[in-house]
Amino acid sequence: MTETMAFVVDMLVHATPLVITGLAVALAFRAGVWNIGADGQFIAGATAAAWVGVSVPAGIGWLALIIALVAGVIAGAIWAAIAAWLRSRFGVLEVISTIMLNFIATYGASFLVRGPLQEPTHVYPQTSGIVSGAHMPILLRGTRLHWGFVIAVALAVIAWWVMKYSATGFRVRASGVNPFAARSAGLIDVSRVTAFAFVASGAIAGMAGAIEVSGVTFALYENISPGYGYTAIAVALLAGLNPLGVIGTGILFGALETAAGTMQRNIGIPSTTASVIEAIVILAVIAVAQLRANRVTTSA
Amino acid sequence: MSDVALELASITKRFGRLTALDGASLQAMRGTVHALLGENGAGKTTLMRIAFGMLRPDSGSIAVDGTGRSFASPADAIAVGIGMVHQHFTLVPAMTVAENIALGGRGSFRPAKIRDAILALSERTGLAVDPSARIEDLPAGAQQRVEILKALSRDTRILILDEPTAVLTPTESRELLQKARELVSNGGTAILITHKLRDALEFADDITVLRRGSTVWSGRASEATEETLVAAMLGGERTSTEMQPVTAIATNRNATVLSLENVSVRDDAGVERLRYVTLSVHAGEIVGIAAVEGNGQRELLRVLAGRMRVTSGDVRIPAVVGFIPEDRHRDALIQDFSLRDNVALLGASTRRGVMGWAAIGRQTRELIRDYDVRAPDELTRARSLSGGNQQKLVVGREIEGSQTALVAENPSRGLDVQATAAVHARILAARDAGMAVVIYSSDLDEVLALAERVVVVHAGKVTEPSREYESIGRAMLGLPVS
Repeated sequence: MTETMAFVVDMLVHATPLVITGLAVALAFRAGVWNIGADGQFIAGATAAAWVGVSVPAGIGWLALIIALVAGVIAGAIWAAIAAWLRSRFGVLEVISTIMLNFIATYGASFLVRGPLQEPTHVYPQTSGIVSGAHMPILLRGTRLHWGFVIAVALAVIAWWVMKYSATGFRVRASGVNPFAARSAGLIDVSRVTAFAFVASGAIAGMAGAIEVSGVTFALYENISPGYGYTAIAVALLAGLNPLGVIGTGILFGALETAAGTMQRNIGIPSTTASVIEAIVILAVIAVAQLRANRVTTSA
Repeated sequence: MSDVALELASITKRFGRLTALDGASLQAMRGTVHALLGENGAGKTTLMRIAFGMLRPDSGSIAVDGTGRSFASPADAIAVGIGMVHQHFTLVPAMTVAENIALGGRGSFRPAKIRDAILALSERTGLAVDPSARIEDLPAGAQQRVEILKALSRDTRILILDEPTAVLTPTESRELLQKARELVSNGGTAILITHKLRDALEFADDITVLRRGSTVWSGRASEATEETLVAAMLGGERTSTEMQPVTAIATNRNATVLSLENVSVRDDAGVERLRYVTLSVHAGEIVGIAAVEGNGQRELLRVLAGRMRVTSGDVRIPAVVGFIPEDRHRDALIQDFSLRDNVALLGASTRRGVMGWAAIGRQTRELIRDYDVRAPDELTRARSLSGGNQQKLVVGREIEGSQTALVAENPSRGLDVQATAAVHARILAARDAGMAVVIYSSDLDEVLALAERVVVVHAGKVTEPSREYESIGRAMLGLPVS
């Protein structure tokens, strides 16, 4: 396998969780929900998938993978539902609650891998390996590239279609852009629609966590997410919240992170350079968007 | 020096094609409370914003204490002793009274010094506040006092109060107006923007009435009566022929389309907005609603349009009622959506499965054609259309979407004469086609020009006086109708 090939594989492996969590963020933002908690929902999904992966009997084969993914989706949805409920019941801003829930998820996972779910020797802060039936099949023989990337692309296409062509997607977009008009002119139950989008966003982020465990780590570790859920915000914004665009921006950020590791190993450039570049990209995008908005207002 | 504290002469102000002020004048004397009366949209707030330097007039002059002035910003107005308390509070909720009053001042912030200054001012004016209290913990009346103290803390001699009693309880309102009287006793001037006749008559020395951007009446309060003020505010001096409906078919009673029986509505704060309202609207008639802002007409329209839940009572309306809300930008259109997507809002709540974009696109093109919406195509963003064309689209969407009932709230707000005429023609055509139509306008002329029946909402109660300026005006103000 050539070096380029190895880089592409690594890039796509890195891009997979970024694309999926990016979709989760894009969906929420489209609905006017500021879900900053994709990271927590990712961890919740990863935790649930790992727990299922180590608990189910090895004899059930590939069913273990299905159960693990479903568990991840449900866990992510529940994690988001907590914030959605706090928002609708008490008016707690989701920007605050989701960030707090990120910390709870991070430290909750730390507790589990050092306590109840720790591997039997009690040496390492991680779970045992998940059963082989729960492993995501490999897409490209001899590499780490797994089917999760295909799932990510498929999810993006589905999300794009739903937002553009389905009645549900239209309600989500209308509620997100102008909840007042959605309510008054469209008679849409805006709080229900946004709560639905919030939970769906969490479910998608949870699925990303489950795919990471079943396709890459095969166990739950501390710090299983190096901040995917936060990078996802940049991925989604850079794509203009367009699900198809998220595929491209997810791969771009995947490449940046992969390259960061390579550069550090080979020529000693600090890997944090990638974070600097990411930040510059985000600032540039915001600046361009603002410039465009200003031009529209002054010409109007 | 003259006794005129503030003089505004022949002020004209246009916003795009809308003329907000058309040669309005006002003369406020030293040592008096001056009431500025007028319906909503008459230009009261715009005129006072010009006096306070927030807006620059297109033409006209401002003189303070006899000296001509031109303000580039409120800072200039404050420098010559003008202060303004806005209708919506501008206090920082999380900060204390002292911090809020010091905010915007110069020099260092020394809490003890500010505190002493506030207590001294508070004692001098009789406006009691606790300097260390947080704004968010204070009731509306106390917040209002803080706003006034803040304005007075800068050596204000001319204090403008924009609808100061709008958020206050009746007792708080009386106290506040009483205070305004005391404040002018040593030569200051208070200008009170209000639409409450009684407040003006009882507490003001002089009154100026604006109507459609022009001063239509000014004089001493002692010489004014409720009748003369109502006539001035509502334009009652017009001939009675002008208020006849275009065609009256009230004799022909068709089926009831909208019906309310003993309907009451409480808002989130528990305040009763509608009280036992009973009202029927028949097919093929236009019922006009006349009300002074804040008397429950907003809630009544939304109940009739199926946009608001009632606390009690019986509501019988069709499944889909067309609704033209007054805030078009916020409630009727999604500015960043295309015209087609805005039309797709029709029935958006019940649509299942796939959006039929082809069919919705066709429907939008028909609306653009039939309602004379000036737009390149159906994929144009709503934002790029003029207000009149936006409104024509909304009117078309709501009429075609319901076909049985239409509720319109200030449908010509912000529109020029041509667009207004087009909207009116559409509403009349909908009536002729057998729709039950309800129309509210803060301009009574508009209501009378369109409606064959006029219903008045006052303090949440509905009455139906005889269809004349005099009785409608009295009913709107809650006065006994002779």
